[in-house]
Amino acid sequence: MPYPKENNSDFQQYAHPEALVSTEWVDQNKGSAGLVIIECDEDILLYSTGHIPGAIKLDWHTELNDPVTRDYIQGQELATLLSSKGVSRDDTLVIYGDKSNWWATYAFWVLKLFGHEDIRIMDGGRAKWVAEGRELSKDVPNREATNYPVVIRDDSTLRAFKEDVFEHFGKPLIDVRSPQEYSGERTHMPDYPDEGALRGGHIPTAASVPWAKAVREDQTFKSLADLNQIYRVEAGIDEHSDVIAYCRIGERSSHTWFVLKYLLGIPRVRNYDGSWTEWGSAVRVPITKGSEPGSVPVGV
Amino acid sequence: MIAAFKEVPDSAKLELLLEYADALPELPERYSTQPELFERVEECQSPVFLFTEVSKEKVLVFLTAPVEAPTTRGFASILQVSLDGQSPERVLQFDDTFIENLGVTALVSPLRIRGMHGMLNRIKRQVREKVNAL
Repeated sequence: MPYPKENNSDFQQYAHPEALVSTEWVDQNKGSAGLVIIECDEDILLYSTGHIPGAIKLDWHTELNDPVTRDYIQGQELATLLSSKGVSRDDTLVIYGDKSNWWATYAFWVLKLFGHEDIRIMDGGRAKWVAEGRELSKDVPNREATNYPVVIRDDSTLRAFKEDVFEHFGKPLIDVRSPQEYSGERTHMPDYPDEGALRGGHIPTAASVPWAKAVREDQTFKSLADLNQIYRVEAGIDEHSDVIAYCRIGERSSHTWFVLKYLLGIPRVRNYDGSWTEWGSAVRVPITKGSEPGSVPVGV
Repeated sequence: MIAAFKEVPDSAKLELLLEYADALPELPERYSTQPELFERVEECQSPVFLFTEVSKEKVLVFLTAPVEAPTTRGFASILQVSLDGQSPERVLQFDDTFIENLGVTALVSPLRIRGMHGMLNRIKRQVREKVNAL
């Protein structure tokens, strides 16, 4: 049984209001059976400085990524991970985190690759919870281990690979990085080639819509009207669009993926997690430099 | 310090890093009111700023990092403790692999490691420039 939904008029404007919960709702419902609150931050130490009472930590870097291959963990590893954290397949998960839920939406996306049914994002994330003076705890909950099933990861509907991008030319691509990364003017660090990409610029035809445009100052999502202006009017996306979003490693674009799919209700949106660290280092792939999207490359 | 990090299990490494984060000293009054003196560490995603005071005898290192970014703050604190009060020669010779030798690379995002290298490189550059100007 999914946990009861929040009845919040602020969220009714969105296509999938059930994918969001407010800090207020989390405060009232935390600790209930069937509801697991998960903190997922960019800064992996933040959880230890204090978190929502009862929340568990999910580490995007060491837990969701395969330690060897550049890929996410497989079903067996996910089953082991979530079982050890006391998460059941039919639990409702509420994920929140730092940086406007940037990493929370990343975890959301990865868990959706495994088809976890009921996942919600706490609007405003960690910062809003803290700003409202709500309780923080350093106690790490000791949840009883569960038996999360082994689920085959489905990369076919929510995830795009480099080859998919080649097939995709002519349809909307969204680059959610900063304008400097998009134009290619930001220089990479020569000492750390594995951190950046060998070339700067963007995938030809990609529209530049930095991910943070979708959030307000208090880190909550903007109103549907504002989001429609940004994505439908300015970026030209509609219900019939087949969209691929990308960034540097796929985390910021998870945020945009969430906004497009759950708030605007665009049915077909994929996240290209290889993103610029793959595209910008690959051999013989077309690149556009500068602030204009560029045209569909000839011969691909 | 490297031994302290290496000897403990991974979970304790993070606790140790958090202790360093908590211990990053506040800026002294003579600098807290002069943000223009500080250099932004662009390699860090969080706003990290640094400034060095260099004489022939020693280097003083001042670093700021937000409490919302404890990992970055922890690394800033480790560098501050390691370099503050040392001679310019020792700062310039400071081993760059120190960061990897802490053994936390696998636990934190590669971006963090890059940020810490950014701090160290910028400290060294400032010291080199300031020593030459002495």
